[in-house]
Amino acid sequence: MRLTVNGENMEYEGASSLDALLERLNIKKDGSAVELNGKILGKEEWVAQLNDGDKIEIITFVGGG
Amino acid sequence: MNEFEKGLEKYFSGEQLLKIRRTKVGIAGCGGLGSNIANALVRSGFKDFELIDHDVIEASNLNRQNYNMGEIGASKVETTAKKLIAVNPGIYIMTKMLKLDENNIAGQFSDRDIIFEAFDSAASKKLFLETFGSSGKLLIMGSGMAGISNVKPITVRKARENVYIVGDEESDIAKGLPPLAPRVIACAAMMAGVALERVLLYN
Repeated sequence: MRLTVNGENMEYEGASSLDALLERLNIKKDGSAVELNGKILGKEEWVAQLNDGDKIEIITFVGGG
Repeated sequence: MNEFEKGLEKYFSGEQLLKIRRTKVGIAGCGGLGSNIANALVRSGFKDFELIDHDVIEASNLNRQNYNMGEIGASKVETTAKKLIAVNPGIYIMTKMLKLDENNIAGQFSDRDIIFEAFDSAASKKLFLETFGSSGKLLIMGSGMAGISNVKPITVRKARENVYIVGDEESDIAKGLPPLAPRVIACAAMMAGVALERVLLYN
């Protein structure tokens, strides 16, 4: 399926869950927030299924402050 | 109006001061970022504050946090409140000594217009955005300010319509990079600057 991740178009051939995509992209879930089609996902919503054309924004935070 | 507020009239119009003064700000964390954000905000005329931090001041905080030797052991939020009042005795300030976590964060800062994220862990920053991201409030967050080098500069990025991230988004204390005054204070000042800009130029 076609996804847009942080503005970049990608052709994704993997399991269709958000979780699986994040694993594939090596994203540290503990420090990252995800926005799916304009909505910031809460903890329980990370099991979301992805569909063709979905827009995903991943914001990864680092420690310090 | 006290002397400090009269002094602001040299730099701001009456209309600008009105906009600043009626803005309610909340600061989540009163350490390297929070204590310095508060300093920049009060000097810019903000006068309605809510500060939340569970912590007390330690000697090793003094390298970047806006505290002094005589204040070691004291509450961060109470000490910061005193300093803000010393600049402008006319401020409104609520302080809470509370460790924010997923069990209590949802109900906090409910009447604030702007909330600053001044936590020190990536997990807390994530929690902050997930909790307040859809609240309609302006969120100003800090991410990536550790180390000595400015090769990766501290920048302001508008991540969403109501979310700004200030920092280099890479320099992590977890990588062994220490948090030091120049970059931390720069980041905090820029975070306060985003608030001033939004309040004065975007409304």
